Amino acid sequence: MLNNKDLLSINELSESEIISIINNANSYYHDNKITSKKKVLNNFTQINLFFENSTRTQVSFEIAGTLLGANVVNFPFNNSSQSKGETLLDLAATLNSMNPDILVIRHPDSGAVQLISEKVDCPVVNAGDGNHEHPTQALLDILTIKKRIGRIDNLKIAICGDIAHSRVARSNIFCHKKLGNKIRVIGPKTLIPKDIDKLGVQVFYNMIEGLRDVDVVMVLRLQKERMDGGYFSSEREYFHLYGLDDRKMRYAKPSAIIMHPGPMNRGIEIDGDLADNLDKSVITMQVEAGLAIRMSVLELLLKKKIENVKNYHIN
Amino acid sequence: MSKITTLINAILIDPKSLTQTNGSITIEEGLIQRINGPAKGNIIDCRKYCLAPGIIDLGVHICEPGERHKESFKSASMAAAAGGVTSIVTFPNTIPVIDNPELLEFFMKRARESSKVRIWPTAAITKKVEGKEISELSFLQDAGAVAFTNGLKSIQNPKIFLRALNYASSLDSLFIGNCEDYYFSEGVSATSSAFATKMGLSSTPKEAELMGLERDFLLADLSEVNYHAAQITTKKSFLKIKELKSLGKKITAGTSIHHLLFDETDIKNYRTFFKLRPPLRSSSDKLFLLQNIKDSTLDTISSFHLPQDEESKRLPYEKAAFGAIGLQTLLPACLKLVNDKIIDLPHLFRKISLNPAKILNIKSGILEEGYFADLVLFDPDKPLLIDRFNLLSKAKNTPFDGYQLFGEVLKTFVRGKEIYKSRNINDT
Repeated sequence: MLNNKDLLSINELSESEIISIINNANSYYHDNKITSKKKVLNNFTQINLFFENSTRTQVSFEIAGTLLGANVVNFPFNNSSQSKGETLLDLAATLNSMNPDILVIRHPDSGAVQLISEKVDCPVVNAGDGNHEHPTQALLDILTIKKRIGRIDNLKIAICGDIAHSRVARSNIFCHKKLGNKIRVIGPKTLIPKDIDKLGVQVFYNMIEGLRDVDVVMVLRLQKERMDGGYFSSEREYFHLYGLDDRKMRYAKPSAIIMHPGPMNRGIEIDGDLADNLDKSVITMQVEAGLAIRMSVLELLLKKKIENVKNYHIN
Repeated sequence: MSKITTLINAILIDPKSLTQTNGSITIEEGLIQRINGPAKGNIIDCRKYCLAPGIIDLGVHICEPGERHKESFKSASMAAAAGGVTSIVTFPNTIPVIDNPELLEFFMKRARESSKVRIWPTAAITKKVEGKEISELSFLQDAGAVAFTNGLKSIQNPKIFLRALNYASSLDSLFIGNCEDYYFSEGVSATSSAFATKMGLSSTPKEAELMGLERDFLLADLSEVNYHAAQITTKKSFLKIKELKSLGKKITAGTSIHHLLFDETDIKNYRTFFKLRPPLRSSSDKLFLLQNIKDSTLDTISSFHLPQDEESKRLPYEKAAFGAIGLQTLLPACLKLVNDKIIDLPHLFRKISLNPAKILNIKSGILEEGYFADLVLFDPDKPLLIDRFNLLSKAKNTPFDGYQLFGEVLKTFVRGKEIYKSRNINDT
């Protein structure tokens, strides 16, 4: 069970809540396949509301809900009321009247998911809000680390690339701080937001120095669509300085793993061959873990309701 | 008709002599006729409440013409009167922008018809505040403009800016600048900091204010125009003003009460009523300004009243409009500084009344015989719980909603006429 009604940010989760989400997610792995034996969300309605283009996360939430037995509705954004001028909060009120059991929302503005959550009765999962947070991504990264390295504490983690525009970076920083891991951020100064060291991370502008002896290398996607120009000079120079390749990877621990939230820009932030090297790259495992984490989050946020339904049937 | 009123038994707050003494004021024909003279005419017992010159709020947005659903002269004037503000200095950022004399005449006609408090308009120094072509400054001055500004935006092109300032200077007029650098302030909702980083907000370095100030001042100095930097909100730009003043440069400066009482952490979980321009600063900047507010570096404290309707604020933080209303809460908010022993009442009224009057060259803001009887009678200790829906402005975007402030305006006089009376006082 989670303390809050919604999952809006990692920051509002306690360490034990993080652990319980991870453990619950782990319980969906059966013979290395993710399944749910009980359809705990049977007759529940889940609405996915993605104001920003997404395929992976949206599909992941859709499958997660479906595996748990929920009726999943993808709100058709492109021809939705947004183009008719309806405000965000009116839309929230409309959806609320349809009595969904859970809403999964992605929005291009920081804080927008929270704004909607304040106006609806059901739990809301933040599937990414602006540059703010993407909590399920951080949780699935933890689960992947747990499965691959065997522990989620006492780790040195490097997050590389476009930190400024990355909600994945923020959620991971907050998450690993809670777990007591050491976090480094690596990138050009233009993509490192001000005073990030005050959030308890070490900043490196030189990738080789930053990668020295780390256990986990997280490579971020260069969010070209979020940039209004002038953050770096060219993609080839970016790859030379901050693209993860064999040469730079040698400075990390020999056992170090490579993570990427996807979708990848091969040859810009990561070398294509390295991304495919399954000895190091856990990128496909991350996608799988994403499914388990999202199932876990959906179940735990609806735990009380699930139990009420159960008791109703028993009585 | 010469109606005489004497306000007796008051504590007179005199921002000129910086005293606070028992006394009386006799008003005749709209002027302060006598201080501490014999009680004549209609006598009002002030019961030892404070009597001070009315507040002159420098830099108010009244949304007329164009957006009367947000604020009108009538609603703004009621809010001002209830807040002890007797003079409002308006910004020209209306729809359309006040950049020609015909529009300003219409504006002043509306003001005369609907406002109980005095309206002192500023006009746009460039057409449509676009920073490209100089407005008809002389005609605007004749139509009543007390100062020129480029609204909340700085002028990008220094060549045009210098020309505009030179032109204004030749008319011996005042320029009020919002100096934050144009490019840095565009589309930004927070000050760069660990807080903005944590919240994932688009941000701008606080140095943007100093940058703009230094540039704008250099141009103002070249042109020898009277220059007032409207909103100084960081330690660095405060120190710059202090340095310029110590060098004897012709500059005055002010700040906003919201930047003295709030900092970026008040934004908390994306509370859009705290989205201001310039954006709220760090707690260390706020504390520095507070510790030094009594100093003469910052001449004025204003509300920078900017009404926004619910639709403009009930949006994701990045998309929401900036600005806060403040006419009615300016005095109670400033009295918090007095209650916290940061400043005393006479010094406070220097910054909210006497200095704005001096800067604008208005015969008000002072308790002296022969000056306009623009006065406020208030109880500085009365607890006041702010409920935004009880404020008189049409728009309700106050950051003080739910805050416990102190201070109640009992009566407000403009040119000797009582324009506001609290329900909690009777004259028997």
